Amino acid sequence: MTRFWRPPALSLRFYPVWRRNFLVWKKLAIPAILGNLADPALYMLGLGYGLGGLLREVGGVPYLTFLAAGTVCYSTMNSATFEVLYSGFSRMHVQKTWDAILNAPLTLDDVLFAELLWATSKSLLSGLAILVIVWVMGLAGLGQTLWLIPLIVLIGFCFSGMGLVVTALSPSYDFFMYYFTLAITPMVLLCGVFYPVDQLPPVLQSVSAWLPLTHAIVLARPLVQGGAPQQVATHLLALFAYGALSYYIALVLTRRRLLK
Amino acid sequence: MEQVAPPLLNIRGLRKTYGAVEVVAGLDLAVGKGECFGLLGPNGAGKTTTLRLALGLTAPDGGSISLFDLPVPAEARRARMRVGVVPQLDNLDPDFSVRENLMVYGRYFGMKDADIAARIPGLLEFAGLEHRAEARIDALSGGMKRRLTLARALVNNPDLLFLDEPTTGLDPQARHMIWQRLRMLLGQGKTLVLTTHFMEEAERLCDRLAIMDHGRIIAGGSPQALIKSHIEPQVVEIWGEGVENWVTAHGATLCERAERVGETVFCYTRSSEALLQKLAPHDDLRYSSRPASLEDVFLKLTGRDLRD
Repeated sequence: MTRFWRPPALSLRFYPVWRRNFLVWKKLAIPAILGNLADPALYMLGLGYGLGGLLREVGGVPYLTFLAAGTVCYSTMNSATFEVLYSGFSRMHVQKTWDAILNAPLTLDDVLFAELLWATSKSLLSGLAILVIVWVMGLAGLGQTLWLIPLIVLIGFCFSGMGLVVTALSPSYDFFMYYFTLAITPMVLLCGVFYPVDQLPPVLQSVSAWLPLTHAIVLARPLVQGGAPQQVATHLLALFAYGALSYYIALVLTRRRLLK
Repeated sequence: MEQVAPPLLNIRGLRKTYGAVEVVAGLDLAVGKGECFGLLGPNGAGKTTTLRLALGLTAPDGGSISLFDLPVPAEARRARMRVGVVPQLDNLDPDFSVRENLMVYGRYFGMKDADIAARIPGLLEFAGLEHRAEARIDALSGGMKRRLTLARALVNNPDLLFLDEPTTGLDPQARHMIWQRLRMLLGQGKTLVLTTHFMEEAERLCDRLAIMDHGRIIAGGSPQALIKSHIEPQVVEIWGEGVENWVTAHGATLCERAERVGETVFCYTRSSEALLQKLAPHDDLRYSSRPASLEDVFLKLTGRDLRD
């Protein structure tokens, strides 16, 4: 079925679909933003003070500061993932919102591109929320943490794309458990969110080096703690490649699913 | 010589295969401007697949489709600018109000907010939902949702509407209301293509029908012509305790064709008088005599087996 493999046809027609999702979000914006702020703030405070009291310094900085960079990435990843998995699946499979849109002069390429960018936008808010907490708590100054903003966008793009593949394959909500168990949770534990990767045995360290969340944290951590990230281009490219390739695979799979 | 307008929808030799099953198996149809064209068929006949192909939502394995003289699926997106769709299952946006559903849907056509807003009062009136503009979708009845779906399909002021079983699942009141709206649209010169398995719907609305089974059109024409050409004009249904004896005694001798379905015998005849005279003295038989309907044609052509 070669027609499913044709490259994505991207256009500005995605915008009304993105806007549709934004309008739905706007209806519940206040609880959503509070959730973005409160949830990770509690997390950081709990772990930061609880563990931070025992650990004092990790990687040469207070544990709370160490945790902050990981949490920015982790929170962005989670937000993007939940949006394309649960909300995306609802729109595709349960509410048949995509079917309705496809009867208008839009294509599946437009719809999926809109979902990708919408989940990226939404995860930007989650990442920004952590950044605000970092600033308010004085864990880092504005300065180079501003570079985290474009990085958050790229992280969101990466995990939105990856999540869309799972959504495209999913027969039901239950299927998402596999992705969380086999991909998301391992990344949280292997990619340096809570502790430095060099604490892991060498085998796991080499696995970690390939995971997208590692690329994100390696870039984010120096930006929070001060100092220059190393091998910036490689890590940026890795995040972009994960996102873009996943988006293409998701598009092929979704075409096979809906346009057969 | 009269100028013949090209058909708005023109399908030639259309084929679509899923696995080993040819769901659409060489289909030809043409729908002209202002027509109401009905695609009838049992479940699984290929009606919905035909609509999806006509909209360019899936690629055919053979044949050609043109919609507004544009090739589909290649130019389907452009063709859909002038099309409205009422899907089989309501897929209104549950997160939005009635008005927001229309507004958001209009934007998918690239319409400006002001232009959509200007159309909304008329659409709400058409749907009989003027007073429910701010209602949430889950607060609407089934009939209201269908009417809103119909109004949503009109947001871009289309020339052609595809309706996939537009009244399935509605109560008789709601169904009549939809029919009335569809006749209004025909009065405005819109073209309708609908699938249905309600014979009454087809008979009331459609100028022209095609009966479809196993991916093919097996009969076509106006409802009256179909009845006239495929079936005897009178039907006598006979049932009751004595039906067994009756069949043994008379079989199909008193009519052109008799068919037994469970407890009931259907006698198809050009003239039912002799048959009715014979039936009258039988106390153990009940019967009714009626003119043949589209349903009789449908059952004759597609059989009485259940389709699941």
